[in-house]
Formats: sequence, structure tokens, C-alpha cells
Amino acid sequence: MSKVLVYIEHAHGKVPKASAVAVAAAGQVGGEIVALVLGKGIDEVATQAAALSGVTKVVAVDDDRLENYLADIYSTATLQIAEAEGADTVIAAATAIGKDFAPRVAQKMGAGMASEITAVNEDGTVVRPIYAGNVLATTKINTEKKVITVRGTAFEPAAADGSASVEKADLAADAASKMRFVNFEETKSDRPQLADAEIVVSGGRGLKSGENFTEVLEPLVDTMGAAMGASRAAVDAGFVPNDLQVGQTGKVVAPQLYVAVGISGAFQHLAGMKDSKVIVAINKDPDAPIFSVSDYGLVADLFTAVPEMVTAVEKVKSA
Amino acid sequence: MKILVPIKRVPDPQTNIVVKPDGSGIAEDNVKFVINPFCEIAIEEALRIKENQGDAEVILISIGDAVCQEQLRTGLAMGADRAILVVADKLLDPATTTEVLAKIVADEQPELVMLGKQSIDDDANQTGQLLASTLDWPQATFASKVEFSDDKSEVSVTREVDGGLETIAFNLPGIVTTDLRLNEPRYASLPGIMKARKKELKEIPLAEAGASDSLQVETLNLVPPAVREAGKTVETVEELVELLHSEAKLI
Repeated sequence: MSKVLVYIEHAHGKVPKASAVAVAAAGQVGGEIVALVLGKGIDEVATQAAALSGVTKVVAVDDDRLENYLADIYSTATLQIAEAEGADTVIAAATAIGKDFAPRVAQKMGAGMASEITAVNEDGTVVRPIYAGNVLATTKINTEKKVITVRGTAFEPAAADGSASVEKADLAADAASKMRFVNFEETKSDRPQLADAEIVVSGGRGLKSGENFTEVLEPLVDTMGAAMGASRAAVDAGFVPNDLQVGQTGKVVAPQLYVAVGISGAFQHLAGMKDSKVIVAINKDPDAPIFSVSDYGLVADLFTAVPEMVTAVEKVKSA
Repeated sequence: MKILVPIKRVPDPQTNIVVKPDGSGIAEDNVKFVINPFCEIAIEEALRIKENQGDAEVILISIGDAVCQEQLRTGLAMGADRAILVVADKLLDPATTTEVLAKIVADEQPELVMLGKQSIDDDANQTGQLLASTLDWPQATFASKVEFSDDKSEVSVTREVDGGLETIAFNLPGIVTTDLRLNEPRYASLPGIMKARKKELKEIPLAEAGASDSLQVETLNLVPPAVREAGKTVETVEELVELLHSEAKLI
């Protein structure tokens, strides 16, 4: 039987939804699913990984050298476990980490790699969005071994109702990194993470400045209990940091509700949010392409509409 | 310092991409081609390093048919020193592209390879990492800031990752891939364009560049994605919030 090794990410001791989605995709690829957890002090994460439905075993490699993520040693460790387990496919979430180290694993395994897939076909081919989401490509990996990264919105995440065993493995003595972790400047926010949020409120160039993101958009974000996002145009203009970018070159999100404020709706942005359940667009230009994908469109000046919406949402919530 | 910058010719990001009816590719009639925007950022960063350090050389490389000369000339006009075109009449995948780049790295011995994080056509986001792994070099993807130690032996790179900014450092040689906010690429100046005509652009046939014949990954078919239907237009904020509350039940 074929075997799939799924790399399970973690931050602050928690497995993100993107990794549960990767496990779900592994279920569609078929075969026994082994989950891999790397890091230092990862017992709790290994337990969470063991609960993911479909996982038959967790391999945890707990080592000082893995305390901080570094591409080379994480790929070395993944390769080591893939070989020890006899895995023919390695799968990771298409997150900043998965995108960074999965190609290295593929190169060392002699495996072809399909990036950021959104579907697995019955014949084993996969589907991936290309050209900023304007095209869906059916892709075949010709090699015996395969590496796949999975778009975080493409599959229903694996449920947390399983109970696989956890096995510990030692990192090879000669495994070392040529890279040095210096620091991580975390974006401090009490808001939900963009990729996991039920509601996302995003601003575009229509906001006109970074100050307006703070003064006009953020009250709406917080009233709605949403995560904040932005269009690439707003990031390019320097209004907000790039980790808020929703789009093909940023984050792909599919929340229950997506509110696009002052966003015209370039292809590359639509590629990042068009799978949202309900889309609301607020824009003063009635011809903005964002209206062609929105469920509810409001043609209005955002500087009037957004404060009104804050009041209206507060009223509904307190009713 | 020798800096190698691999670049790719891609359709202008503003172009409306249309899939050919038989799904074999995209319609290229009337499509303008440009340097992949992330590659352009890589060229700009390499030029800034050269300007700061004085003694650097910036070498561009592209793989493709003769028309890719156009993008290489643009990069030379921006200020790169010379260019290499590996002339290929067929499509490569990230793995075979990497084989070619590894061969050029072996020939040129650069200290730094600076690439775009992904090309906006295939969106694979693999080549920089594959090359780093092939060479057993350290890598810093998604760079938003690149700084060198005083003796230029170590590079420190701030990376745009999930939830914040991460900084890592390594000794050269190494690979850096560029993200959006690293810099704002310059336009080629008229004197730059004139000078570029005289700069070296060497052509190497694909057969001499070390690429395998077989592809690891193949695209079988292209289709446009399903179109999402537009919904209703609301007149007021009150109406919008009321619908979100009672109809969509999201507030």
C-alpha cells in the first residue's frame, strides 16, 4: 500500500487549519497517512496531529536543532522520515513554510512537485490554479515519488476525532543547517488569523492611506470580529504590510463572509477570495469588477458607508 | 560579488488571460510580454547591491526562445552587466529549469543567486528552492529586506512569512527569492537602453545546458475557472446589514 507523509505545521503549540486541510487532501491521494511533526517541545502538537481524522500514525522529531524553522534542516528531517517510512508522497500545506521547504524535499527525493493544488482527480492527476487563478491546470506528476502542497481553502479540513499512535524518531546526528535564525517579529493582533477567520474585511486603494485603514476600516473589522485583509494595490501603495495581502501572490482565503471595501477587484485579488461563501463589495465605482463576483454590492463612498455600517452592525448585534 | 539573476518572460499581469478552446495553452495573440514582476524586483535588488558595494557584477539569465532577448535587453538597460540566453524551443518544468540554472552556476560561480519568488504564469514558486537544494546552498525566500555584513561574507534577509517578519542569516554563497515589498524596480533610462545594445548577450543551446529530456511535471489541460454569478445590488448600508443579518445570517 502506498504511503503519504503529511508535514504538520504548528504555531504557538497549535496545528493550523491549513495542515488539517493537507491531511484531507492526503486522504484523496490515497494510501496510509503518516503525519510528521518537527520542532522542540512538540508533545502537545503531536497529540493534536494524532487526532486528525485519517492519520494512522504520527512521527514526532523533537530536537534542539529544530527549535526554529529553517528550510534546509527541515527538509533534511522530512526526507529522513520519508525514507524511513517508505513514503512515496510527501504533502504539506501551501503556507509560507510549506512553499519554502517542500521543493527542497522534492529535489532530494527526485520527486516531481505540484504546487498549491486545489483538487485531486480519480486518475491521480491534480488541479492547480495558474495565471493568478485565471486558469485551472490539470497537472500530472510523472515521477514515482511525488511532492504536493495544498491550498488551504481547497478541501474540508480533516476532523479532529481520530486517535493515532505517536512515535518518536531521532534526527540524524549529522543533520545541520547552513542557516541561522535571527528573530521573528510577530504581527501583534488580537484579531483572528486571515487564513482561519470566519469573516474577513479587506481594504483596497480606495482607502487612500494607511491612516484610513486604522481609522476607517479597523472599527468595522473589530465590530464584525473579523480578520483584516488588503488588496495588493493597498500593499504596493505602502498602506499595510504584505502579510495582509489577499490574492494569488498573497494569501488565499475562503471565509463565510468576505467584505471588500474600496477594492476594484483585479484578477489577482479575485483569485484570493472568490471561493468565499458570501461576498460583500462596497465601492463608489459601479463598474468595478468586484461587483461581478459579489453577492451583495453597495455602490457608495466608503468614507460614508463604512462608519454607517459600524453603527448598523453594532445595533444588530446589541438587539 | 557576482550576482546571477534568472528571469522569465511572462504575459503582462494586466493582460486578460484567455484559455485556447482546446485547452492546450493560453491564447497569445495581442498579448504583451514582460519580465515577470518578481524577477524585475530581483534585478533591481541586484543592481542596488552593486551600487552599494561598487565591485559587483550582475548577470542575467533566461531560458526560452529567441524572443526572450527582449526581456534580457530590458534588464541590461536597467543596468545589468551581461546576459545569457539558453535557447530552448520547448517548455521546461521547474526541475529541468533548475538543472539548467545549476549548470550556469557551475560555469559562472556566483556568490549570490537572486530570483523572483514565483512567476506569474505558472505560479509554481519552486525554482529558487530547487536550485538551493541542488547546490546544497542556504536559501531565503520571500525577501523584504536584504543586508550584508561589513565583510560581505554573510547576508541577513528579512522574510515575509505567515503572521509576521522573520529574519535569517547565512554565509554566501546562497539563494534569495524576492517578495513584493523588497523594492520598487527602476525604469530603464534612455542612455541605459543605448548602452544595453552593446552589452554581451550570449546564447547557449539547450542541448549544451544540461537539462534532462523528460519532464517531472506535465500540464495536460487548461480550463478557465467557473464563473461566480453576481448577486444583488443594495441601496443603503441599513439594507446591506439587514440582509447579512436576516438572509445570510452572518451577523
